[in-house]
Amino acid sequence: MSEKIRLEAPLTKEGNESLKSGHIVLLCGVLYAARDAAHARMKEAIESGSDLPFDPDGQIVYFTGPAPARPGHAIGPAGPTTASRMDPYSPLLIERGLKGMVGKGVRSEAVLESMKKHGCVYFGAIEGTAALLADRVKEAEVVAYEDLGAEAVRRLVVEDFPVIVVNDLHGGDLYREGRERWRRRARKGGGL
Amino acid sequence: MREIPADTVTQAVRDLCVEANTELPEDHLAAMRRALEDEESPHGREVLERLLQNAEVARERCVAFCQDTGYAVFFVEMGSDVRITGGEIGEVIDEGVRRGYEEGYLRKSIVRSPIDRTNTGDNTPAVVYYDPVPGEGFKLTMLVKGAGCDNMSSLKMLTPAEGVEAMKEFVVQTVERAGPNASPPVTVGVGIGGPFEKAAMLAKKALTRPSGEPNPDPELARLEREILDEINATGIGPAGYGGTQTALCVHIESFPTHIAAFPVAVNLDCHSHRTASREL
Repeated sequence: MSEKIRLEAPLTKEGNESLKSGHIVLLCGVLYAARDAAHARMKEAIESGSDLPFDPDGQIVYFTGPAPARPGHAIGPAGPTTASRMDPYSPLLIERGLKGMVGKGVRSEAVLESMKKHGCVYFGAIEGTAALLADRVKEAEVVAYEDLGAEAVRRLVVEDFPVIVVNDLHGGDLYREGRERWRRRARKGGGL
Repeated sequence: MREIPADTVTQAVRDLCVEANTELPEDHLAAMRRALEDEESPHGREVLERLLQNAEVARERCVAFCQDTGYAVFFVEMGSDVRITGGEIGEVIDEGVRRGYEEGYLRKSIVRSPIDRTNTGDNTPAVVYYDPVPGEGFKLTMLVKGAGCDNMSSLKMLTPAEGVEAMKEFVVQTVERAGPNASPPVTVGVGIGGPFEKAAMLAKKALTRPSGEPNPDPELARLEREILDEINATGIGPAGYGGTQTALCVHIESFPTHIAAFPVAVNLDCHSHRTASREL
């Protein structure tokens, strides 16, 4: 197992250069939680020339819609959702400076190209560890689209939030590399 | 005629919602521990360790172990000599879901329609399938169905000539195509037979079988083992980071079919495999 790298948000393209697929990273600082409906609204905002809920420059988006928090907790269980549903929207934020995304699942070619061009890295978090991940969220505040409930945009302050680099800036792809390393079956189509 | 008060059913549904979302079933935990022993990849082992740890924390604190607290799916075995008093059963179940999701701090994930995507606000309506049985029994089985893995499910109308080999390959390819998106290690529900919709129903129902319990039919049990081995040879691994444990179990359910047909449906469930049942 590789050593854990502590990374403080906001991120920079130069800093992201050193990350490689498979690196285990502990994120600290601000993550913006947003998923399907919030992304659709951000796209509308961009198209109509309105303000985004936050300036994406250097920021990290976390694809999650948390469960309600019990009293005394900053946030309810909050694991990653499938990132590919955000593929149609992500390049819009990446072009505006977004430097990190946290989610689960495979990204489209268009997103991967946009990431490489603008220096944005895709991190995987483990879905199914929502209760553990919520412990790493120290503050959570709805900053936009409150009417969307679980899908509202939230500003999270995290400490040692565990993720792994899936897609780096050098063409590295943990999903592809992991599968190739452990495959014991002839490829018959489908998948990566 | 045995009478069951509506309140009793509502309370049972409420409790099932909370229990299924906060406590991974013991048989599933056991399957996950076996996977941890067998997993060869270090990343894979780390993922499985975290999943087990998460399950423990969720149970201790009575919080959901996955934020996607899903569709509330119920299979109701209702005896022919049973009557629910004081309410219509569909409404009674919805009321239990409403209470369970509110009181259990569970996420409300259901929207009014695929087109009008307004959240219903209380995770209703429940998805309920009724199975009439003889006698006075009444059994509720809940499956909390997350969407990430449900989205990666698929169905194919094979021909009889394509047969069992094509069926096996279709199941494996569905898991391959799903890859990390379905949040492996997955539970694979397979339905074969019937017309189109019956296969899908069986695939869903197959997910409610205790993890790793083989089909009583030895032929189907053999196919379950063979498909599981094939899936675990794909290399996808826990969370898709690469490894030898991509699925924990394959459950096949079969039904008679037409002379012209060989339908196969595959319903995937993520590592947060949530099912619980109660007999009243």
